[in-house]
Amino acid sequence: MTGGPGGTGPALAVAHAVRTGERSARQVVEEALTAIVDGDGSIGAFVTVTGEEALAAADAVDASVVSGADPGVLAGVPVALKDNLCTHGIRTTCSSRILEHWRPPYDATVVGRLRAAGAVVVGKTNMDEFAMGSSTENSAFGPTRNPRDPGRVPGGSSGGSAAAVAAGFVPLALGSDTGGSIRQPAALCGVVGMKPTYGGISRYGLVAFASSLDQIGPLATTVADAALLYEAIGGHDPCDSTSLAEPPRPVTRALAEHGVEGLRVAVVRELVDGVDADVVRRVDEAAGALEAAGAKMLDEISIPELRYGLSAYYLLAPAEASSNLARYDGVGYGLRVEGPDVTAMNTATRTAGFGDEVKRRIMLGTYALSAGYYDAFYGKAQRVRTLVIEAFSRAYAQVDVLLGATSPTTAFALGAKVDDPLAMYLSDVCTVPSNLAGHPAISVPFGVGDDGLPVGVQVLANARGEAEMFRVAAAIEAAAPAAGS
Amino acid sequence: MRAGTDPPGDPVALGRAEVAHVAKLARLALTEDELDRFTGQLATVLAHGADVAALDLEGVAPTAHPLPVHNVVRPDEPRPGLDRAEVLAAAPDVEDHRFRVPRIGGDAP
Amino acid sequence: MSAPPSTTDGPVDWETVIGLEVHCELQTETKLFCGCKNAFGDEPNTNICPVCLGLPGSLPVLNERAVELAMRIGTALHCDVVPSSFARKNYFYPDMPKDYQISQYDEPINIGGWLELPDGTRVGVTRAHLEEDTGKTTHLGEGGRMHSAEHSLVDYNRSGVPLVETVSEPDMRSAPEARAYAAELRGILVATGASDGRMEEGSMRVDANVSVRPREAAEFGTRCEIKNLNSLRSLSRAIEYEASRQIALIEAGEQVLQETRHWDEGAGRTRTMRSKEEAYDYRYFPEPDLVPVVPGEGLRARVAAAIGPLPAERRAALVGLLGPNPTEAQIDQVHAVVDQALDPLVLAATGRGVSAPLALARGANEVAAHVEAGRALEPGAFADLLAMEEAGQLSATQSKAVLAELLAEGGGDPAAIAAARGFEALDAGSLAAVVGEVVAANPAEWARYVGGDDEDRKKLGGFFTGQVMKATRGKADGKAVAAELARLRR
Repeated sequence: MTGGPGGTGPALAVAHAVRTGERSARQVVEEALTAIVDGDGSIGAFVTVTGEEALAAADAVDASVVSGADPGVLAGVPVALKDNLCTHGIRTTCSSRILEHWRPPYDATVVGRLRAAGAVVVGKTNMDEFAMGSSTENSAFGPTRNPRDPGRVPGGSSGGSAAAVAAGFVPLALGSDTGGSIRQPAALCGVVGMKPTYGGISRYGLVAFASSLDQIGPLATTVADAALLYEAIGGHDPCDSTSLAEPPRPVTRALAEHGVEGLRVAVVRELVDGVDADVVRRVDEAAGALEAAGAKMLDEISIPELRYGLSAYYLLAPAEASSNLARYDGVGYGLRVEGPDVTAMNTATRTAGFGDEVKRRIMLGTYALSAGYYDAFYGKAQRVRTLVIEAFSRAYAQVDVLLGATSPTTAFALGAKVDDPLAMYLSDVCTVPSNLAGHPAISVPFGVGDDGLPVGVQVLANARGEAEMFRVAAAIEAAAPAAGS
Repeated sequence: MRAGTDPPGDPVALGRAEVAHVAKLARLALTEDELDRFTGQLATVLAHGADVAALDLEGVAPTAHPLPVHNVVRPDEPRPGLDRAEVLAAAPDVEDHRFRVPRIGGDAP
Repeated sequence: MSAPPSTTDGPVDWETVIGLEVHCELQTETKLFCGCKNAFGDEPNTNICPVCLGLPGSLPVLNERAVELAMRIGTALHCDVVPSSFARKNYFYPDMPKDYQISQYDEPINIGGWLELPDGTRVGVTRAHLEEDTGKTTHLGEGGRMHSAEHSLVDYNRSGVPLVETVSEPDMRSAPEARAYAAELRGILVATGASDGRMEEGSMRVDANVSVRPREAAEFGTRCEIKNLNSLRSLSRAIEYEASRQIALIEAGEQVLQETRHWDEGAGRTRTMRSKEEAYDYRYFPEPDLVPVVPGEGLRARVAAAIGPLPAERRAALVGLLGPNPTEAQIDQVHAVVDQALDPLVLAATGRGVSAPLALARGANEVAAHVEAGRALEPGAFADLLAMEEAGQLSATQSKAVLAELLAEGGGDPAAIAAARGFEALDAGSLAAVVGEVVAANPAEWARYVGGDDEDRKKLGGFFTGQVMKATRGKADGKAVAAELARLRR
């Protein structure tokens, strides 16, 4: 299947059917909306379902097909958007009370590109508040449940998007990934989730959590569908100063033209150390499958600097977040709780509007930046970042892609880690390094753990290495054990 | 950035006073109970980071941006903005086409 | 810590130490980080977008012209123009939508320069960096003063307007010196095209850092920052007041508190501002949404070429036209003309052969009263008009009237305007006739004029000139009348 005609997926199939007139976009979207209405009650993936707007958009797609115009590569494909992506006139809450009723007056760049590609937004998905969390239990509107087991978390912070795809409501969703927030929920829910090279997809309109780490990325049921979505929305944006100057990597073509022959692959010790044994087994199996498919499997390599990555991340990300979230002050939009003066009003608003995890990270971040502590915390963390980047650079002199676990465990029970922030933070240990380095990474479902819950295998590549990364991901997908085994 | 500033005491020993101070800086009001709980949780997180705090990274340059990009600018040309009515409609309190806020206590710091 | 009083027995010889921080708005079309118009006076909240409103998800993108203008300022101040980056300055205030200001901290675009005052003294310039302006708040209830206001209203039109902040070394030692620095800096800002330098309108804002110490002391005293200085005169008065205040405190055995103080123009004093924190913790860190600026050779060359001669050079050029003994009044006129960038007009006139004193006088007096119009006035029209005046075709009064119309209309043909108004100077014959008639009609005064002393002649000369002006309805030229009277006297 790899090295062949690019692979398949439900999004590709829908787009093809709509573009050729075989199916109407309206019919596709109606099916999706019905599935959501019928099934989301027990999962809670969606915060807002945009039924009317979606049907109108579907009709527009059908009209352009009829008129002979190009309806776009994602024509008629229903897409769910994480609720931190601005959608003009449609509630964008970040799963927070402080934005519970906020309707942005503008669209995020990726939303505009999705529409231009003919995709139909069917709703906004639940998340950990302001993207802070690894379980979607930090939502102000209630948790999302893992479609594979309702007593388990879907992961976070893009838990709603991952669940929406895993439950079959939509073939495609967008999430955001700052420390693993697309990849980890993808692994826990058994879907594909990918984070691009930093700057590969515009952040304009993504409500910021940690600006130097945040990236938007696709969630899908297949690698090929994820590649399709990545190409449709990626590329330079003049509204985002940190967006790369070039267009998205031509990954669909790479998938069509190449398998993994000759690609050098190695497992990273630090991404399997401390990981549950059943998860590590799946990583090893994936490595074996790659070798069988023609990749050059090298010995396990160690990148010791990655060990410091988690601590550095938990200083950098909250620091940037503490600044990014200062704007929620009750002045111009969102929640306001009145007070006798502006300071009291700011305080009352933020105290009522933010949940505990957000408050924790704001305080941690404020502390890391405060006078006298900057060098010891933020300054140090930035230097650790340099160490991680340089260490990866040395590794990529010998390999093309790296392998590891995405999450150290399968989906944990709802409530299991909610009172232990440190335990929650440790879920990110395998994913954070790619954010620190600005490198692309993808999680591919690969069988289940001993508890029958999904396991994701992570493929990491160097900056701008999406083509190699997707090729390896496709090969792993092709070799994945059948569902349930 | 702050050459030669000595942190007052061990930076990793985060106590109630420090948490109360940053809460105030961040415009967050904590109950006594929350202050205790958060102090414990934050101290645990920071203690976990002690390995980083202990590293000697004198010769290592800090990274502000993961990928080296420079000189991203735009031309000095007007672009369409937002409709005032739509923006003010989302505001908690408006008077005379402006955002209304309660009494401001002092000048900007 | 404030400096201890001198240990000698006599009164302390106090020295004032002043540093100035000047914020100026750059004359760009659009704001620093977004494409909203950079315009003064528009309807509130009509120049807004997600970026300058700080809406969730918005991102800044740097205005290339703002970079160029900032480089012009730095170059004109003899700074090193260096690779720079942006930083966030974090604090809560309603006029700042993001509750942080994007500024430059560790790596400003211009460092280590100096500014030369007219008397040749050099004042060091530590840095001149880019940052975004805040919105504007209006305070309502109880007389419009912030501290007693019940509520405030915020307009974000100004939010995101580009500013350059220029920080001087604490090299100035007197209020006149500080004033000269501010005036010279303003002239440079205008000359480089970076800003229009209007203190009264807020496009140039000056804050003064003032401290005192005994003259031979090695260390600086505790300094206070003075804000709300809306004119050069306020700057001067505030510095003198503050220095006295600090000296009085120290001599009374008290300490000067390091704080920010507000200049109260009406009361003529500085007042403490209510913020209790001595040094606010801004928690600066590198702005992650912007990338560094590294000016290349091409841009540097363009900037150098765009600057042109600076005020000092331009003043020298005008003074050179005045001959060996220019009067103080003429030097003041040179300053006024160059300060307001009106020298192209003056030079056009002198180039046409008009005398420098006349060109300067008209430039510094009549034109400077309408600076905007003056800068837009076609130099050729100005030169033509003054040439007509100097040739005796128009009286001074008539010339000023035509000039006023040229300024009001933004240009025109002086000869046509003069003709339309029926202006022409009297020819020598008609003038002599009128003067003769006036003299004959006032024999007593004429006798005193002829026989009197210098005082009488001055007074009565004025009387006769006035009578001639009345009779000719302003057409007579004052100098011509004086010459005719002198001729008749003989």
